[in-house]
Amino acid sequence: MKLWKIFGGLKLKGNKSMSMKHATQDAPLPKILTLPLKQHIGCATEPCVKVGDTVLKGQMIAEAKDYISTPIHAPSSGKIVAIEKHKVPHPSGISTDCIVLETDGKEQWLECKANANYRQLEANEVRNIIRDAGIVGLGGAGFPSYIKLNTEQTNAIDTLILNGAECEPYITCDAMLMQEQSRKIIDGLNVMRHALHARQCVIAVEDNKRAAHTMLVNALHEHEVEYIDIIQVPTLYPAGGEKQLIKIITGKEVPSNGLPLNIGVVCHNVATAAAIADAVLEGKPLINRYVTVTGEGVDHPSNLNVLFGTPFSDLVNLCKRNNKAEQFIMGGPMMGFEVYTDDIPVIKTSNCILVQAKESKTEFVMPCIRCGKCAEVCPAQLLPQQLYWYARAKNFDKVQDHNIYDCIECGCCSYVCPSHIPLVQYYRFAKTEIYALEQEKEKSDIARQRHEFRQFRLERKKAENEERKRQKRELLKKVNGDKASNDKSSAEEAKKSAIEAAMARVKAKRDSQSITPANTDNLTAQQKKSIAEADARRKKAQKES
Amino acid sequence: MLTTIIVIAALAIIFGLILGFAAIRFKVEGDPIVDKIDAILPQTQCGQCTYPGCRPYAEAISKGEADINQCPPGGEAVINELADLLGVDAKPLNEEHGEHAENKTVVYIDEQICIGCTLCIQACPVDAIVGAAKLMHTVIESECTGCDLCIPVCPVDCIYIRNVSETTSNWKWPSPETNKVNS
Repeated sequence: MKLWKIFGGLKLKGNKSMSMKHATQDAPLPKILTLPLKQHIGCATEPCVKVGDTVLKGQMIAEAKDYISTPIHAPSSGKIVAIEKHKVPHPSGISTDCIVLETDGKEQWLECKANANYRQLEANEVRNIIRDAGIVGLGGAGFPSYIKLNTEQTNAIDTLILNGAECEPYITCDAMLMQEQSRKIIDGLNVMRHALHARQCVIAVEDNKRAAHTMLVNALHEHEVEYIDIIQVPTLYPAGGEKQLIKIITGKEVPSNGLPLNIGVVCHNVATAAAIADAVLEGKPLINRYVTVTGEGVDHPSNLNVLFGTPFSDLVNLCKRNNKAEQFIMGGPMMGFEVYTDDIPVIKTSNCILVQAKESKTEFVMPCIRCGKCAEVCPAQLLPQQLYWYARAKNFDKVQDHNIYDCIECGCCSYVCPSHIPLVQYYRFAKTEIYALEQEKEKSDIARQRHEFRQFRLERKKAENEERKRQKRELLKKVNGDKASNDKSSAEEAKKSAIEAAMARVKAKRDSQSITPANTDNLTAQQKKSIAEADARRKKAQKES
Repeated sequence: MLTTIIVIAALAIIFGLILGFAAIRFKVEGDPIVDKIDAILPQTQCGQCTYPGCRPYAEAISKGEADINQCPPGGEAVINELADLLGVDAKPLNEEHGEHAENKTVVYIDEQICIGCTLCIQACPVDAIVGAAKLMHTVIESECTGCDLCIPVCPVDCIYIRNVSETTSNWKWPSPETNKVNS
């Protein structure tokens, strides 16, 4: 198969072998699992359990309320002890709502509905299974996978790519998964192909992962299918970026502001394929993943099979934390972000925990000398210098004109910058600022509408009041007019007759109910005596008057 | 000579008709510049510009009655945009009208103290307060523009300003300028 070249990129030191010495082991079940309601881009989920509920392993505990959202399932059986704010893996260090599950150690599964004969299901039924299993892209961004399997509104899919490039240094969870679960990955690929009706499938593995490649080829031989190709791509950072990998394999470029779908390509991570195999073939939702724990801060770097909600600290301790463990990065050294504590849970997008010593020497940021190295390595072929100047000047219109949203934040530009300018930081800053401005604009439009509607409502109310007053005035005028024309006494007569009519009504009512005073029967002698006295007094008084 | 006059006159009539038709067919309702100005203003409806809302201020600007630097919530960004739109020079915010606050705020009502007088509901320009007479009131945080118009009317001072709560979805990466190590 002919491969294409991408622009830019870097050859980085992999640092991968250290965490691949041992087979992946299951992390022990922790006492407490903390599950953030929002684990990836899109809308937060809503809990569908209450505090005190007992849940089974694999039971849905939070449901998706929006299109770009997927449900969350209990990673183990136990009791919900709280739904409260807790620190989560996010660069801000903000606490968000989490479901806290106290495990009971029984690991009791909810009954799983396996669909071994998925080929008889419709594509949308397969997608629904994948959505209900809570599967998101496990490569890092965590975009709900079922959306990327939906091709109803677009043209036929030509190529389905499974991304096993894993180009970022230190991270090896995908490589280990490909070595250990190669058959499951091929199964998952078949399910995806069924949902997408893709013409051909390609599994791309970087050429430094020989073992993974061999295992996949062996697994493929068992299946004997001719539509799957397993190819080795040159080791180059960031060859594992979605757009870059598509370029390498197909030679096509994903349009700016476009999706791979637009050019008939869909790209998924290998770990996502394995999760989809679990979900469809065994009916198991996404509750665990492979996590690489590595870096100089641990003596026993390795890959672990971890339940979501397990605290980072448990994993770091399991890998023998040493005294260099000062800084924790979720993700790799290039695209990951620092988290300021290890008291945070593993979530769906946690592929790697990098434990490092704090950098002792501070690299001084020097002025940009316009050397142009950043532009030479930028895989998106942007102009990093221009973006930097405009982001620094907060000229966000210009930043957008230079296509900042095509930046994949790979960090190549910062890596090569001889002045140590934190370029990616500037782009991240600019991106969130632009996003905030857009949100503000949207909010002000809503405020305008609400204000205008209020104005309209007040006017309408005023007009209605006027109208009512006018009607009342007219009625009064009419009545007064009648009065003037008729005899003055007629009004009084009318009043009198009304009173009479009312009295007649009361009388009729009384007669119809034939009410007689009922409290004069069965009186005691004392009561009769006092009544007689009262009657005498009344008669006397009447006489006197 | 006569032909020339006739031709010119005929042309004049034809173009006059075209222009007349166009004036009716493509008549512009309202003043489009007001809409453009209004789109730039932050729509807090706070009245700090001395006009009763953003649109009246936009109208005043378009008539040349008001200056472009009277909107404290909009701050420098709005002034620059207005200057761009109107082709005038940007100028610093007129401090008479208030100071620009970097942090967005909203109000909230202490529901324990609220007596349910409805005065704040009447003052709110965007109907962001719900409640009824003698019943507890509350602010819909997502709709509140932070204009603070409800605060002076409250007879029991139970309305407080607070910063918009920061979540993972509205959090912004800080500028590297703020924590840069200077050489």
